[in-house]
Amino acid sequence: MTVGHVVVLAGTLFTIGMLGVLSRRNILIVLLSLELMLNSAALAFCAFGDMAGNLDGQIMVFFVIVVAAAEVAIGLAIVIALFRLRVTVDTDRVDLLKQ
Amino acid sequence: MTAFFWLFAVLAVAAAMLAITRRNGVAAALWVALVFVCIAAQFVLMRAYFLAAVEVLVYAGAIMVLFLFVIMLLNLDEKEAARLEGPRLHAAGVVLAALFLTGLVFTVREAGLFEVPIGSQGSMLPAGETGNVARDLFLEFLLPFEIASFLLLAAIVGAVLITKRRLT
Repeated sequence: MTVGHVVVLAGTLFTIGMLGVLSRRNILIVLLSLELMLNSAALAFCAFGDMAGNLDGQIMVFFVIVVAAAEVAIGLAIVIALFRLRVTVDTDRVDLLKQ
Repeated sequence: MTAFFWLFAVLAVAAAMLAITRRNGVAAALWVALVFVCIAAQFVLMRAYFLAAVEVLVYAGAIMVLFLFVIMLLNLDEKEAARLEGPRLHAAGVVLAALFLTGLVFTVREAGLFEVPIGSQGSMLPAGETGNVARDLFLEFLLPFEIASFLLLAAIVGAVLITKRRLT
């Protein structure tokens, strides 16, 4: 188990999250994939912090988790507002600005 | 330790793949919760015990409950869910992902990260226990910590404001 292994694992999870964001139309699953991407970044931070020999990397992960919590709260609020307006969670049908 | 790393790494990747291909939102959320638990296990292997606890409490606990709450609140019917399924994974996306990963592995190898074992700093690196993390957090990172609390406050107020029904 080396730093490289953990970083590659983080990269794999990030790629899967990216695939989810790009290929799904259900906005809830897009948000879940975003969470995956944030988490994989946190994992990489922790691995590099281990290499640096201080706790700064772990504190960075703490802040990533704080930002992720705020992002989820706002994101889900927007999903609910969108559902009220258009009765859909389809990202392709969020085109109000076109009209 | 290496055996546990591989166990939780394979489990995390498999659960993530299952999560982004599920049609049912609840199933996807539960698979993502499993990914979070696996990442918490990786934190434990890197001696980041505080982060492992926070990961399980905040991610697998609070955030997943929020997600499940919203999924059940929206109550999508079968027809809508089936319509949303669409093409699952485009070939182009898979190729792009493979390229990205290949580039990443190459870069990591070039940077020599495969020669640095976890815990290479030995006793230089204090264990990521609550006390040690808190000392750094409140002595060195006090300002970012306060800014983070403001961010959370803004998020709470914003979420209430966005979802509030307008009384007209």
